Amino acid sequence: MTGIAGRLGRLVAQRLHRMGTHHVVGIDRRPIGNLPKDVEHLQVDLRSRRTRDVFRSGDVDAVIHLGLMHDPRRTAEELHTWNVVGTARLLEDCADFKVRKVVFLSSANVYGPRADNTQFLTEEAPLMAAVDFPAIRDLVEADMQATSFFWRSGGRDLETVVLRPVHILGSVRNAASNYLRLKRIPVIMGYDPMVQVIHERDVTEAIVLSLREGIHGVLNLAGPGEVPLSVVIRELKKPTIPLPAPMFEAMVKGMWRFHLTSFPVPELTHIRYTCMVDGSRARKVLGFRPQFSMKETIRAVLPPGGE
Amino acid sequence: MGRPAKSLLSRLIESGFTEEELERIKSLPTRQNEYGYDPFGFNREEAKIAMLVVRYLYRHYFRVQVHNIENVPPGRVMLVSNHAGQLPFDGMNICAALLFDAVPPRMGRAMIEKFVPGLPYVSYLFQRWGQIVGTPDNCQRLLEDEEAILVFPEGAKGISKPYTKRYQLQDFGLGFMRLALATDSPVVPVAVVGSEEQAPAFNVKPLARALGVPAFPLMPFPPFFPAVPLPSRYQIYFGEPLSFVGHADDDDEQIEQLVKHVRLTIESMLRVGLKSRRSIFI
Repeated sequence: MTGIAGRLGRLVAQRLHRMGTHHVVGIDRRPIGNLPKDVEHLQVDLRSRRTRDVFRSGDVDAVIHLGLMHDPRRTAEELHTWNVVGTARLLEDCADFKVRKVVFLSSANVYGPRADNTQFLTEEAPLMAAVDFPAIRDLVEADMQATSFFWRSGGRDLETVVLRPVHILGSVRNAASNYLRLKRIPVIMGYDPMVQVIHERDVTEAIVLSLREGIHGVLNLAGPGEVPLSVVIRELKKPTIPLPAPMFEAMVKGMWRFHLTSFPVPELTHIRYTCMVDGSRARKVLGFRPQFSMKETIRAVLPPGGE
Repeated sequence: MGRPAKSLLSRLIESGFTEEELERIKSLPTRQNEYGYDPFGFNREEAKIAMLVVRYLYRHYFRVQVHNIENVPPGRVMLVSNHAGQLPFDGMNICAALLFDAVPPRMGRAMIEKFVPGLPYVSYLFQRWGQIVGTPDNCQRLLEDEEAILVFPEGAKGISKPYTKRYQLQDFGLGFMRLALATDSPVVPVAVVGSEEQAPAFNVKPLARALGVPAFPLMPFPPFFPAVPLPSRYQIYFGEPLSFVGHADDDDEQIEQLVKHVRLTIESMLRVGLKSRRSIFI
């Protein structure tokens, strides 16, 4: 499993540990504390030779690839070598060493929020995210790589699953959760798109379900439903700061420059236009049903116990 | 969290409706989640204020006369209408007829131009009020959910046509027919008389071209821009539902034949409607 030091990585590791059916080896160059005892952690670079050694030394049954880098502050080259080249090499290893299953965690964001988006995008919709937001081209490319790997490896014994979950909420430190954790939440005046959110534990569950034999393909993961962004914020009982779009953009641009915010300007399109998916294929193929209600999912961004 | 107590504003809005109208709004078949929104963002409570304004325009401004609305069948249905008048009051009045005069009441859902979600405020208000972005996929989903879809196959060419071309149907797109075939939905032809006189405009073609918009309509009297429609009296005729046999992927020529049938039906309904009209405004 790559990216095991991330919040979601740890959740998946704990879940697999509790099932007791898998021996988990995590690859992550970041340090990590309090993993279950029998979970191995190799603190190496995804792109290094030692990653390949893992495949060579033991019979790797399945690879869960959560280790994409989402940091928009990094240079384009670094993101490219990590996300695109790194994923390519990992997939190559999977093919070379007779891995049975690859689960790749992408995101519904690869479709991109757009004004003329159809309400529910299916897995066949074009991946337009990079058109308005070139900095995440590498994430789109990595998704396409995994998707085409799925098509190419169709005839062989290797099953590939590409998961595209909607905004994951919880203790995870992604853009959506960070945004909702702000004390006062800025919104764009005149825009209130419908959004879909999913609980981090529901995503964990979907990853575990994807490991079952016979599951393969590209699957959107939609959460428990659709609500306007304003309803999500109201559920959290947080005050909003409505700003006109040009002013908002100028402000974020300035703050970004001086490292005062972790949100790049193009990310604002997520609170302006819709990017929702049709999750019916995952329901059918994977038998995936979100266990957390809308309310529980939204409130998962709050610190535990705190109101 | 229980249901929040009704605010003063929403009580005020509700006091504008009659008991019967509130009952109609309440009985609209929708699929709302625990927060009161359907998958397309329609919210019955938030739509009430728009419904109140629409009812006023429908009953007192355009004084709409509705004919044969019982032709609208229950379940999935595609309403296909002529389109005119610079601003889509024809769509509004058809939806109002479905809401206030159909038995049982229906929520008409019009296919909105794709540039609309880019406009501030309009971007979400049209959704809250039950309208949808006009993509084929949205239309198909709603039909499969047994909803009533309103389609203007003339599109922008229809609504922006000049006064001199009133009641001349423009070319119909073929997409609606493919969707009707794909979802096995009956098509109800609708003829709207009155919309074509609400904004007698001419099209300033050079300006439209310079601005890169489909049309630049101007009226020969104040306020010149067709922002406020004239109170022409509307007549809305609902035709008998048409069922078509065919395949959604058929060649254009075959689909064209079916579309032509719908177009001719609306044309003849328009002719009958115009003949029986006594005056444009009374």
